[in-house]
Order: sequence, then C-alpha cells, then structure tokens
Amino acid sequence: MKQVPQKDAPLKLNETGAWIREDVSYEVNEPDAYALEEALRQREKHKGEVVVITSGPARAQQVLREALAKGADRAIHLEDDKFVGLDALNTAKAFAAAIKDEQFDLIFTGLQSDDYGYAQTGVILAELLGWPHATIIMHIEKTGAGIRVKRELEAGFFQFVDMPLPAVLTIQSGINKLRYATLIGIKQAKNKPLKKVAFAEVQSAIGGNLQKIERLYIPQKTKKTEHIDGPPAEIARKLVDKLRNELRVL
Amino acid sequence: MPDTILVIVEQREGKLNRVSWETITAGQAIAAATGWTLEAAVVAAPPIAAEIAAKKVARVYSVESPRLEPYTPDAFAAALKQFLTAKQPRLVLMPHTYQVRDFVPKLATAMERTVISDCIGFRHEGGKLVFVRQMFQGKFAADVSFAGDAPWFATFQNGAFRADKAEAGASAAPVETVNVEIAGNLIRNQPQEVFKEAKQAVDLTQAEIIVAVGRGIKEQKNIEIARQLADALGGDLAASRPICDSGWLPMDRQIGSSGQTVAPKLYLALGISGAIQHIVGMKGSRSIIAVNKDSEAPIFEIADFAVVGNLFDIVPPLIEEVKKAKAGG
Repeated sequence: MKQVPQKDAPLKLNETGAWIREDVSYEVNEPDAYALEEALRQREKHKGEVVVITSGPARAQQVLREALAKGADRAIHLEDDKFVGLDALNTAKAFAAAIKDEQFDLIFTGLQSDDYGYAQTGVILAELLGWPHATIIMHIEKTGAGIRVKRELEAGFFQFVDMPLPAVLTIQSGINKLRYATLIGIKQAKNKPLKKVAFAEVQSAIGGNLQKIERLYIPQKTKKTEHIDGPPAEIARKLVDKLRNELRVL
Repeated sequence: MPDTILVIVEQREGKLNRVSWETITAGQAIAAATGWTLEAAVVAAPPIAAEIAAKKVARVYSVESPRLEPYTPDAFAAALKQFLTAKQPRLVLMPHTYQVRDFVPKLATAMERTVISDCIGFRHEGGKLVFVRQMFQGKFAADVSFAGDAPWFATFQNGAFRADKAEAGASAAPVETVNVEIAGNLIRNQPQEVFKEAKQAVDLTQAEIIVAVGRGIKEQKNIEIARQLADALGGDLAASRPICDSGWLPMDRQIGSSGQTVAPKLYLALGISGAIQHIVGMKGSRSIIAVNKDSEAPIFEIADFAVVGNLFDIVPPLIEEVKKAKAGG
C-alpha cells in the first residue's frame, strides 16, 4: 500500500524543484484501498492471513494502522525517508527483499498510485519474484489449480484468465465497496504486529535509480479558459449565451 | 550501429489498435529531433506489418511465434526480450494501453531496464532527451530522464500525439520476419475469450452533447438534475468511473481509460475533478465546460469555460435558461 498526498491537498514545489514540499496531509492511495478490501474479502471466503506492507517515512505508518483497523492481521513498514525517492524498480526490489522469508499465496497492489501514476510496481514485483501476474482485476475466484481472475480491458471488454498460485494481482477500483474501520477494529489494531524494516536491511537489494525526475513544474496551459462568474442566475444566462452564440449547440 | 527508435505497435485479434498510429507519430517526432533511425515492430500479426510499412519508418519487424497467440505477459515479455536483446534499440516506444501496462514493466525488469510510463510529450534539449508526464493527478508536470543504459522504454498517453499526423513513407519499408523461441512451460496464464459485458445501450462516441457527473454530485439521487440538463440540451448523460463503481450509473456511461473515449461538440463536466484516467477519455471534445467548487481542480486546465462554484446552485437555473432558449426565448 502507498501513502500519497490527500487529493485536495494544496501542493507546492520544494527548493530543489524536483519534488513537492512534504508539509501536506496524506492519505492511503485510493486504488490500494480496493486491493486491501479485496484481500479482506478473500480471507473471509477462504481463511488465511492478510499482511499489509508499505515503504516510506514514519508518517506512512498511518496507512498500515488504518489497514490493521480495517482487519488486516499484521503489517510491515519499510521505514526511512530514503524510500520516497526510489523509482518503481527499486521500490519493488526493496519489497521483494523484505518479504523473502514470507510464504504469501497472493500479493495485491492497487492498479496505480495517485501521485506517480506509473502502474508498474506490482508487475515489476511479480517479475522479481518469478511469479505470474495479471493486472486491472475485477474479480477473483479460487479454482482447483489456482485462481480464475477477471481482467478488465478497454472499452467495456473483459477476459477471464486461469492462473496458478502464488501470483501478483493489481486490483481495479469498483471490484468491491470499501469498508470503514470500526471502533473495535481501531482498538484491536494497536495490538497487532507491526514490523519495521530499516533501509540498511534491504539496501543491498537496491541499485541506483534508472530514471530521474529532472524537475516538476506547473503544467503550461495550452487552453484558453474563460471564467464565468457572478451569481448562479447570471452564470446560467452567460452560459446559455455561450452555448447559443459561440458553441452553437442551441 | 546508428541509434534506433523502435515503436512496438499493438494489435487486437489481428487488427491494428489505432492508438499505435499516435506512437508512430511520436517516434517520427523524436527521430526528427534526435536524428535517430525509426523502426517499428508488430507482435503476432504478420499482416499488420505491411500496414505499418506504408508509414515513414526505416524498417518493420514482424515478431512471430505460435506461442504469442493468445496474448499473455509471459509470452510477450519473453519474445520481446529476445528480440530487443539482439536488436539493442536506443529507445522503445509503445502506447500506454492496458495490454502494454500488463507486460512492459515485466519486460523492462527482465532486461534490467526501466519504463517511463504514460508520457504526454518529450523534449530534446542540449542533446538530452526528457519525457514529460503528469504527476499528482495532473497538478504538476514532470520532466523525466533515463539514468541507465539503453534500451530505454517509454509509453505515451492516449491522445498525446495525433494519429492522423503519422507521416506516410515515400515507398514501403522493408519487412523482416523475426521468429522467436518461447519455451512451453514459460507461459503460466491461461486466458479465455475476450467478451463484452455491458449491453451497450448507449454509444456515447456518437453523442454531440454530453453532460457528465463526477464525485461532486455527492448522491445518486442528485444525478437527476444532470439528467434533466442533458435532456434539456438534447444530450447524453455520462459519468466518471467512481460514479459507475458505485452503481449509480451503468458502466456503459463511463468516460475514461476504462470506459469510452468521446469527442463531442460539447462536454459539460459537473463535479468532476479531472483525474487523468477520466481526462484521457474526453480531452478531445470540441468544447468543454466545467463546473466544480474547487478552483484548483485539474479539469479547469482543459476547460474552455470554467465555473468555479456549487453545481447544485448553478445547474437548476441553467436548465431553466436552456429551456427558455430552446423555446425561442
């Protein structure tokens, strides 16, 4: 799971111009919330253990606490500021190193992050682990030989795929409805295991980033946007005027 | 060995996925800027190679193996790793489709390389190539460069380049067949037939006017005012993904990367923030009017007319004014 700036947080560039100032509010990456929800539902159907993992500074622990409160069994936090600057390949390498002694049957990720939007980490992790994977998954069924998943394709198309376990799946939103953490869940979360993994423990698995953000900037607007102001009645009249005389749709 | 740019096009059931023309346009633009040679490759669809060869590319490769049909990430990654390791292009370009997302990170990782995904453009300055992409749901743009060895992988967002600007070649490019070996036990996924789920009750790609709702509509029952506005305008109702995920409107009303891509005369976005996955489905609209109470909403970057305000205050009088105008007022 990943912690990202809140959707409506006002973001500002930092002094380097290559990242944002981190003094904003954070939340769980929404696609990852669907991944967690799906894991909890699979456990409800088939028993087992749901483990949540994240990498990031101390603040990222909040994402794990919320996941534990929703019902995850234990958490792993790769905790260090340095994890923020890693590219997707190195992030996946760090995760692979941190979980090398675990025996997961399924690894879920959200289909992409709301900050970078690369949609890579899950697929990279599968390749590093040598596991099969499928992406943008809308349904998972257990079968005799493994699982049958429903892949979402573009334009309303879908496809079922049979896969062996263990496997990595990236989960699409709308696969389920997200639950809220209950008060009891929040209380119980405090006693659930939360293991910290230091950067030094996974450092040997990580290399230099293979790509670099040279700079971030406010996108240059190519569109000329006209603001329509005034009280609602006036806005309505101005819009209809535009619709009729400029856009010619009335 | 001259530096080459290789565009890998996408096919579905033997037909070229038309977004591939956009990637060819991108490849031609980068070739013009860098002086590198542009080549193209098609995987598992030999007839398409001739279609690609009509464009201005130096060469087309037809990568073939019986094990490439049907598509699986294992087969595609193995085949392309073999081909690219031999060819060693400088830059590999693909459209940012669901299928490419499914295999290109695996392919790159297997080759110990990296992918810059979902780019909206590029720049070539001082001999350095940087790729431009959106970050934080479009709030910022990022210039991203490669820090490692070639081959470099980049995928382009739908609509970042124009398919109709792909230049034709003076004569057909040579087509070379490349047979790849894929071990049988390599393929672990067993895909079934692709199918369409929603009875496509409405084809929004044909709509001239679309009124779309996003999270700002707050509750299912509020969609009624958007429906009334759509009716008054003689348009169709549509939605961003979260609305369809919640079941408030059927999936065939969805606009975006996983729904329909539309380019109507008028797109009226109500309470839609403008997440990238939605924008890719409607940025080609002739005119865009956006209503959102957040002045920072990314939708305003692409809107022709911006109304920063509460849609519940604005839509009802708008419906009345539209009705008046249509009645000859």
